[in-house]
Formats: sequence, C-alpha cells, structure tokens
Amino acid sequence: MHYSFDIERGNFTDAGHASASVKRTLKQLDVAPASIKRIVVALYEAEINAVAHAYGGKIDVEIDPEKIVMVVADEGPGIPNVDLAMTEGWSTASQKVREMGFGAGMGLPNIKKNTDELKIDTRIGVGTTLTMTVYLNS
Amino acid sequence: MKIKEIAKLLDGRILGCQDNFEMEFHKAFSSDLMSDVLKVSFDDTLLITGLCNNQTMRTADMADVSVVIIGRDKRADEEMLSLAEDSGITIIESPYSLFKISGILFSVGIKPLY
Ligand SMILES: Nc1ncnc2c1ncn2[C@@H]1O[C@H](COP(=O)(O)OP(=O)(O)OP(=O)(O)O)[C@@H](O)[C@H]1O
Ligand SMILES: [Mg+2]
Repeated sequence: MHYSFDIERGNFTDAGHASASVKRTLKQLDVAPASIKRIVVALYEAEINAVAHAYGGKIDVEIDPEKIVMVVADEGPGIPNVDLAMTEGWSTASQKVREMGFGAGMGLPNIKKNTDELKIDTRIGVGTTLTMTVYLNS
Repeated sequence: MKIKEIAKLLDGRILGCQDNFEMEFHKAFSSDLMSDVLKVSFDDTLLITGLCNNQTMRTADMADVSVVIIGRDKRADEEMLSLAEDSGITIIESPYSLFKISGILFSVGIKPLY
C-alpha cells in the first residue's frame, strides 16, 4: 500500500496530519501498538523538521506485510553537518519554532532510536530526504 | 487516580474526549518540549504541559497520551478540541502553574517517570 502527503510550507497548524493518518491506518492493519508508536514518532519528528527547518515537501509511505518505508523529502537549506545535527541537544530552531514546543535538538536522535534503518540525503541549498524503515514483526 | 478526581484537585475543566473517565493514572510527566514528550512511554501516565497549541494534541496523539493537563490558565481552542476528540484525548485545563499542578499531584501519590 502506498500513501502520499504534502507538507505545506510554514504550516505549523497542520503539521502532523500525515503521522495521524498513518497511525489510523496501522491501527486498522492491527500492527502491534509498540511498533505503531515507533513508526509515528519517527514520522512526526521528520514532518515537523520539514516545516521547522525547511520549506515543506512531500511524504511517501509504503506499507507491506514485513516493513514500512517512509520517505520525507523537503525543499530547504539542507543540513551542513549531519553528525552534529544527530547530536542530542543540538538545535538551530528559530524562536517561532521554540514557541511551538520544538527545538530540544532531540528529533533526529528520536528518529534514529525509533527506526531500524535511517538514511539521510542532504544537499546544501536544495533539501533533505530522510528514508526511514521499520520492520513490522521485530 | 481517575480524571474527575484529578480535575477537582487542580480546579480544572474537563474537555475533549469523554471516554477515558474509568482509566486509572499512577504517573505523570511534565514538559513544554514536545520532543522530550515523544521520548517517553505513557502507560497510565498524565502529560502536564504549559504548551497550548495544535502540536500539543498531535504530540499527545503520537505519544499515546490519554490525558493532557494544560496549566497556566491557558485555553484550548476549537481546533485543539476537535483534534483531542478525534484522537481520544481528554484535556484538563487548570489555572495553576506547572509547579503547583505537579506538587499537588505528587502529594497525592502520583509518581514521576524518572
Ligand atoms: N529537514 C531539515 N532541513 C534542514 N535542517 C534540518 C532538518 N532537520 C534537522 N535539521 C537541523 O538539525 C538540527 C537538529 O534537528 P533535530 O530534529 O534533532 O532537533 P530540532 O528540530 O532542532 O529540535 P526538536 O526536534 O527536539 O524539536 C536542527 O535544529 C536543524 O539545524
Ligand atoms: Mg526536530
């Protein structure tokens, strides 16, 4: 099964709708609650990052019986130093993003922790694509 | 402890989903940073926060939170209420500070996560 969602530029009000929708689908598919939580937390963090640090983008989710693959591709500034960005507590979040409750520098580490595979492709001035895989019967 | 007793202690107003009244809560976690909320596990655990926007509800949904206590006398708007209802979340609005809310709940035996 394939699902696509748009992430609207600057739209903090709507951010999270893709994750909420994927959560409903996984529940209907009777996926184990612990797996659902890992999947939706990772997707939600990525969705928020695409609004908070980039100019929106697109989400593609592919669900099959053994795994779920989520690709979050944004148009944005890219990540100059991925190792630094992966460090707990490191954040360049703006004041506006902090007021929304984000900017702890925990999103990427949370994504890493909650996924079985994480690939980050980033190009300065172009954008960032996260490919996140979670195996469903682990 | 059940939602109605908790709301009474906090001089709180109960909003959102009305289906969680029989649930028992033994623990609480308090944070204004949503990524910290997404790090912990919420079995029979209350979320206490001063952050009052759509992302509070989205985060609660993703983190499997059933009850969000919103402190500092903030009011959930229509959109937050509809998100709460859609995702089965009960909101308790309290006029107290997060420190006071946490203190009251701690004193009646609600435990921290760590
Ligand atoms: N999609 C992205 N585009 C550009 N920069 C990004 C992107 N995602 C993350 N970053 C950079 O990496 C940093 C760390 O990201 P991370 O998600 O871990 O923390 P945060 O978003 O700042 O805070 P939190 O996720 O805890 O709310 C960000 O502050 C930002 O500088
Ligand atoms: Mg983040």
